[in-house]
Amino acid sequence: MVCYEGKTAIELLVNGINHSVLVRPSDLLLDVLREHLGLTGAKSGCRNGDCGACTVLVDGWPVKSCLMLAVEAAGHAVLTVEGLGGDAAVQRAFVEKNAFQCGYCTSGFLMVCHALRNKHPEAGEAVIEEWLQSNLCRCTGYLEIRDAVRMIYGMSQPPL
Amino acid sequence: MIPFDFVYARPDTLEEAAQAYARLSERRRSPVYYGGGSEIITMSRAGSIRPGAVINLKGIPDCLALELREDALILGAANSLTAIGESRTFPFLRTAGGRVADHTNRCRITLGGNLCGAIIYRETSLPLLLCDARVLLYGPQGPRTEAFGRVFDRTVKLRPGEFIVQLHIPRWALTAPFFHIKKTAQEKIDYPLVTVAALFKDGKLRTAYSGLCAFPFHSPRLDEALNDRAVSPRARAEAAAGLLPEPAHSDVEGSGEYRLFVLKNTLEKLLEDVENGLLRG
Repeated sequence: MVCYEGKTAIELLVNGINHSVLVRPSDLLLDVLREHLGLTGAKSGCRNGDCGACTVLVDGWPVKSCLMLAVEAAGHAVLTVEGLGGDAAVQRAFVEKNAFQCGYCTSGFLMVCHALRNKHPEAGEAVIEEWLQSNLCRCTGYLEIRDAVRMIYGMSQPPL
Repeated sequence: MIPFDFVYARPDTLEEAAQAYARLSERRRSPVYYGGGSEIITMSRAGSIRPGAVINLKGIPDCLALELREDALILGAANSLTAIGESRTFPFLRTAGGRVADHTNRCRITLGGNLCGAIIYRETSLPLLLCDARVLLYGPQGPRTEAFGRVFDRTVKLRPGEFIVQLHIPRWALTAPFFHIKKTAQEKIDYPLVTVAALFKDGKLRTAYSGLCAFPFHSPRLDEALNDRAVSPRARAEAAAGLLPEPAHSDVEGSGEYRLFVLKNTLEKLLEDVENGLLRG
C-alpha cells in the first residue's frame, strides 16, 4: 500500500520524460505541472472543473488537472499541450480554422480534441459535441473550433 | 490549491483499505474514501470539508471490476462513468451516467463517488434503484452484500468505515426497455430540475426521480398510480405528483411548484407515448 504523509518525492511521467518532484499529497496536478515542472500550457481557469482550460491527458483520457491530485498521477502517463510538439494535426487544424482568439482556453481544447481523435477515430457529430461540451471558450463562439475538429476528421463543412 | 495537508493512502486490497481507515481514525485524521476526487477536491479547496486523510480506492482490483458474468454484470465502484459508458454493457446506466457533469469530468467521476457524493442528485442511483441491483460493501466487519434499494435510502447508508466495492446488475436489466429524461433549467450540462428514469419490467413501469425532492427516490406507490390504466395519462400524472415522499425541492434551479409542473407534463407525455405504442414495455 502506498502511503504519503508530508512532502514526498514522487515520479511523474510527463510528455514521455520521468520527473522526480517533491509534493504534498494535497497538491493538485495543475499546480505541480505549472510550478514544479514549468509546463504552463495547462491554464488555471475556474479551478472548479467547469472551464476545461487546465485539461491534460492521463493515459490518453482527458482530465481536468485542477481536479486531480499530483500523487494520483504517479504511475500514469501525463500528456500536456507542450507534449503535442507544435505540429500535431489538431494544432494545424486550429491554426488553419482560426479556432482561437485570446488563446487562454486553447490548450484545453487541443488536448480534448487530440484525445477524441485517438479514442474515437470514427466519431460522428454527436460524439464530437459530447466531448466538446467539457470546455468553455468566451471568444470564438465555438464554430471555428467545431470546424477545426471536422478538419481533423476529414469531414466536410456544414453549409452556412 | 488545497490550503491544508492530508495523508494519502492507496491500498491494494479491500482489507488494506479498511485497515487504513481504522488506523487513520484512531489517529483522529478523519479519513475519507476517495474515488474520482471531484467533490473532495472542490469542497476542500472551498473550505467546506477538511479531511485529514484520503484513501484512494482506485488501486484495488475488486473496485475496478467490469465483467459480464453468467448471472450479472459486475461493476466495480471505482470505475469512472466514462469507463462504464464506453463498455456499453448497461445502456440504462450509460444514459443516466452520461448526463452527469461533462465528458471530461466523467473520465474522473466514479460510480461509487456519484452514489456517495454530497451533491444531492446522485443520478446514477436511478437505474440501480429500478433494476434490482445488489451492492457489495466492505468494512471493518468484512464484506456484505445487500439489495441496493435497502442500502440506498435518500443516501447510501454505510456503516462506519464501510465503502462500496461493486454493484451487481441482473442480466435481465441489461436489455430491459427504459427511458431517461433529464430536464434542466437552462443548459444541457447542469443539475436536474427533474430527472425521470423509467424501466419496463413485466409490462409495468418502474420509475425513479432525481432533482424533484432533495434526494433521489423510487416509490412503488407512485408506480402503482402510473400503472393504473383505468384512468387517463393526465389523471395518473396528477395522482403521481401527489405521492412524493416530501414536498418538491426549491432552489436556484427552480421552485418546487415549477418542478411539479415539469414533472406532471413529463409523466403525462411518457404515459401517452406508452399508450400510443411509441415506447414499448
